[in-house]
Amino acid sequence: MRTLLSVLLIGVPVTLILTLVGLSHGMLEDAQNRTRGVGADIIVRPPGTSLLTLSGAPIPEALVNYLGKLPHVTIAVGVVNFPIQTALVAIGVDVRRFDAMSGGFTYLQGGPFNGPDQVIIDQYYAAQQHVHAGGTISLLNRDWKVVGVIAGGKLARIVFPIQVLQNLTSNAGKVSQVYLKLDNPQNTSSVIHDLKARMPDYQIYSMQEFTSLFNVSNIQGLRQFITVIMGVGVIIGFAVVCLSMYMAVLQRTREIGILKSLGGSKIFILQIILLEALLLGVGGSILGILLSFGAYWLIQTLVPASIQMAIVPIWWGIASGITLLGAALGALYPGISAARHDPIEALAYE
Amino acid sequence: MNKGPIIEVRDLRKVYRMGEVEVPALRGVDLRVEAGEFLSIVGPSGSGKSTLFHIIGGLAPATSGQVKVAGEDLAAMSDAGRTRLRRRSVGFVFQKFNLLPNLTARDNIAVARFIAGQNSGGFSPQFEEVLRLLGIAHRLDHKPHALSGGEQQRVAIARAIVNHPAILLADEPTGNLDTENSKAVLEVLADLNRRLGQTILMITHNPEAAGYGHRIVQMRDGRVVE
Ligand SMILES: Nc1ncnc2c1ncn2[C@@H]1O[C@H](COP(=O)(O)OP(=O)(O)OP(=O)(O)O)[C@@H](O)[C@H]1O
Ligand SMILES: [Mg+2]
Repeated sequence: MRTLLSVLLIGVPVTLILTLVGLSHGMLEDAQNRTRGVGADIIVRPPGTSLLTLSGAPIPEALVNYLGKLPHVTIAVGVVNFPIQTALVAIGVDVRRFDAMSGGFTYLQGGPFNGPDQVIIDQYYAAQQHVHAGGTISLLNRDWKVVGVIAGGKLARIVFPIQVLQNLTSNAGKVSQVYLKLDNPQNTSSVIHDLKARMPDYQIYSMQEFTSLFNVSNIQGLRQFITVIMGVGVIIGFAVVCLSMYMAVLQRTREIGILKSLGGSKIFILQIILLEALLLGVGGSILGILLSFGAYWLIQTLVPASIQMAIVPIWWGIASGITLLGAALGALYPGISAARHDPIEALAYE
Repeated sequence: MNKGPIIEVRDLRKVYRMGEVEVPALRGVDLRVEAGEFLSIVGPSGSGKSTLFHIIGGLAPATSGQVKVAGEDLAAMSDAGRTRLRRRSVGFVFQKFNLLPNLTARDNIAVARFIAGQNSGGFSPQFEEVLRLLGIAHRLDHKPHALSGGEQQRVAIARAIVNHPAILLADEPTGNLDTENSKAVLEVLADLNRRLGQTILMITHNPEAAGYGHRIVQMRDGRVVE
């Protein structure tokens, strides 16, 4: 009973760490995938925006046309971003131009826009909302007809005609960012060089560079947050094991006395306590890993579009290592106090 | 072989300090025990019998005096030295059996071997013979709670002698047993002494039990009064 409770308590921070890490990896990989799916070579973003939070539409469409006419640029597509939730962004785009750039959406159900008040969504968002092509969903305080369901991994989960989002956000004639496709990808760096000279305030990246920014270490606060959770994991592991083993040592005072009367040394007693604590730690780690699969399954079943979680096995080792460290430290005090027990008093203990 | 006595105690004193109060438990004990002897120790409650065993067996240090067990001088011994003495030279049997409740009888005995650093395989044929002599050979795979008190005490005896200790110290081994089981345990002790030459010291309150010893030592007020 004590053992089960301890293992459970030790397992929780392991799950927490793994879920957190899994979420950050999953969300980033997903965003990376969708950005790659655009098929552009260069991205142009307005001055002073941060990586993941991009809303508003400060770039005039005239600039898009201008960019489209530059040497080596075959097509320029401006898009309007509109965050629906933290990690769920609707994008407004001219679908015909986007098709020319990306090779087009793959429609699993329905097809492209053919009337007003329509939206295209990807299969994950469709699953999360339990909706099919021809159905209706409510977004931005209005009902929309789902005209097409597309395969995920391209641009966005929710796609509107560009004017719809421009009007909704009172940004007529403006876009949030611009994708450029070149005649030959090998020209990318020279075009970027040229663009930077023309528009020094803008953020201009090759797509490769841009997607590589989708990295845990580039998200402000995330690293620190994970570190804090890891610290919490060590402390919980430490406290749980310390308490649990302290109780175990009390409960087994007599047994410790018996082992000492048989000639068990202090080191021997300490080893037994440490071993048991490490077993608790291993049990907790395994349970924590299993529970993280549970979290993964829950997220995939309930909110596949809003949240993505990856299973990151490398972190199994890190999280378990941290837990075992906490467990070993936690066992030290009870272990030493057990090793120091006076054998006669321990044998007389009821 | 070592010709001198296996236990030699001279002017042994033990004072327990309880805060400000000093409790003298032993006030100058002299005792010699020859190898192969079966000695009974009797005396009123509080006369220091258990304390004497604890010191001879290396469970507690003496306050002053000389104690030699199997050629080793306990007076000069550190905590680690006494641990080694318990592991190698002394076997204890207690009134309360003191078996590990979660282990089978066999494992209880094996733990003692393990602690002594002899964890190779099963018991030797000689020891299997001893287990039959103790009448527990067929009960080894049971945990203590499934054994009768007499059986538990005989398992404890087996555990105490598995490492061939120089001396076996039994502190009221029949104190928790009915007449029949007491008799069985006492017979077993006498048998071990007779057949294996095991040196045994036994504390008892029962005159009949004390009669199993070759010699009876009487204690009173922390001294031996033969
Ligand atoms: N740990 C201790 N702290 C203080 N005093 C103790 C301690 N152990 C024993 N004593 C005291 O030492 C004296 C001798 O005790 P001991 O246990 O050796 O007697 P005993 O002859 O074994 O008695 P019994 O027949 O009741 O077992 C007693 O007065 C007892 O109260
Ligand atoms: Mg006593």
